[in-house]
Amino acid sequence: MGSRASRLLREEEIEEIKKETGFSHSQITRLYSRFTSLDKGENGTLSREDFQRIPELAINPLGDRIINAFFPEGYFVLVIFREDQVNFRGFMRTLAHFRPIEDNEKNKNPATEPLNSRTNKLLFAFRLYDLDRDDKISRDELLQVLRMMVGVNISDEQLGSIADRTIQEADTNGDSCISFNEFIKVLEKVDVEQKMSIRFLH
Amino acid sequence: GVFIVIASPLVLCGVVPLAVRSLVPVLFPCGFCHLFLDCIIAKESPASLQQEIRGSASCLCSDHEFDMADIFYFCRRGVESIVDDEVTKRFSAQELESWNLLTRSNYNFHHINMRLTLLWGLGLLTRYGILLPLRVTLAVTGISLFLFLTTLVGFLPNAASYLSEKVHMMGYRMCVSSLTAIITYHNRENKPKNGGICVANHTTPIDVIILASDRCYSLVGQMHRGLLGMIQRGMVKSSPHIWFDRSEVKDRHLVAKRLSDHVADKTKQPILIFPEGTCINNTSVMMFKKGSFEIGCTIYPVAIKYDPRFGDAFWNSSKCGLVWYLLSMMSSWAIVCSVWYLPPMNREEGEDAVQFANRVKAAIAARGGLVDLIWDGGLKRAKVNNAFKEGLQKLYSKVLVGDHEDQSERMETQKKKKIQPQDNEDTVNVCYHCRVLLLKEHFT
Repeated sequence: MGSRASRLLREEEIEEIKKETGFSHSQITRLYSRFTSLDKGENGTLSREDFQRIPELAINPLGDRIINAFFPEGYFVLVIFREDQVNFRGFMRTLAHFRPIEDNEKNKNPATEPLNSRTNKLLFAFRLYDLDRDDKISRDELLQVLRMMVGVNISDEQLGSIADRTIQEADTNGDSCISFNEFIKVLEKVDVEQKMSIRFLH
Repeated sequence: GVFIVIASPLVLCGVVPLAVRSLVPVLFPCGFCHLFLDCIIAKESPASLQQEIRGSASCLCSDHEFDMADIFYFCRRGVESIVDDEVTKRFSAQELESWNLLTRSNYNFHHINMRLTLLWGLGLLTRYGILLPLRVTLAVTGISLFLFLTTLVGFLPNAASYLSEKVHMMGYRMCVSSLTAIITYHNRENKPKNGGICVANHTTPIDVIILASDRCYSLVGQMHRGLLGMIQRGMVKSSPHIWFDRSEVKDRHLVAKRLSDHVADKTKQPILIFPEGTCINNTSVMMFKKGSFEIGCTIYPVAIKYDPRFGDAFWNSSKCGLVWYLLSMMSSWAIVCSVWYLPPMNREEGEDAVQFANRVKAAIAARGGLVDLIWDGGLKRAKVNNAFKEGLQKLYSKVLVGDHEDQSERMETQKKKKIQPQDNEDTVNVCYHCRVLLLKEHFT
């Protein structure tokens, strides 16, 4: 027996999330269902352990980086800290990056860019590489992420040369780091919309 | 008092099943349809890692250079698994499409409708006021009678094995009625015979009662202390069950020996084993542990599928204990299930225990309309083995630097690698073959 998550989602909250993320009403309630099923502590927020309990995510080489993307950073008296709980709004905001881009949305509300725009999708990916959040990918950071993806199967030297080659190709202003604009330039031919989108059913 | 004792079997064995059987086609005309909510996302057959990262036009021998876009594959797969994964949802009761008037299955229906609330109230009265007391009475009388008769039979000499079977069956049938379990057996000609092992998918401890009310089995398990231990010792007196001490359980060879000794004796009943090792929510079949498939005897597979509309039979041991679970079963409408006896299977030439186990699992899943998964049910409590992540990393490395191993050479190295991994308390143990199969599933 036991009880399901005690909190139901109120209509106003659903409307707010709809405006912010672009998900439909039914998608939001379904995802709320999923959120509560992951929330083992039943306190309305997810911790990193809740994510790590998903086996398919635990075996993903970049699992930890993806989990990290859900936890927002904050500023408190000039000290940057990372929260260790994410609520449903934050969960939806992060997932919104993976909504497919629809044509009729491009004209709606030109003032703010939707979360699932091409630029924001690229920013999400950029932040997976940028470990210290200084808005540029250094050689060290690239090496670390590469090491996560290949495990122990490639030698340090080989990995180093891959990193060097990549930075050389991307870096245009000569600072041996890849900035966000350089990142966008490198990936301009890639179909980001298709690769970074998940088909949410209505 | 006396009236209730007499009335309960009458009502429970006669009236309720009749009512349920006639209601099923009327209220729910589609029978055992799948009642899962629609999936949240459309997962197209996932492109293999190689296909997606290399792009469609490539020959497998050319090296792919690292591209910053490679990260997209892992990123998307990761977020997809956060939104919907195959494993975590198997450990909680499945959700129903329409409400069945039980508060415990009321997840998403907050429709406050006067008529519905009235119906629910009526249902509550019926279930707790009439059904539950009758069922509890029947259960208590049944179990006391069973214990009395079984000790009696235990005192008699060997010739009483026929009697003991009858007593056991009577006991199980009373339990079935006290739960109002309405069971439909299919293909009874395939019922397990002596000298084999019966395997079935596991949803609840009630599985044992359901199967054992059709024929007698020998159960396998750990010897408990207290009341349960007393019952176990009592059961052994009249029927050859296999109980292990806590220390003996870890010794695989000892377990295997006792099982094979039992099946070698053709006069002994078939052994009943649930190879998943834990309760799953009856929407899927998870990895079968290979122990019972190594013994080399005939396997009798059985598929059990519960209809969740009348009461969800899944026991979520993290949410409630056994007694609470039984009480909630007794206060549901009924337990409706189908049991399919599949034709017996034997291990084929050149097939090892794991492949055999997977073949049996696939047959059970197909018959019962369940999803066939390779994931281990032990993931309910334990962390996934790191070897899977290492396998993925290896695969990606091959994409980056090219795959220089010869095809035949790879087969040789695979055959040589049959090393048993060490037992680890924290992580789930999967042998090499399962690991390979899992990676194939991930990438094809």
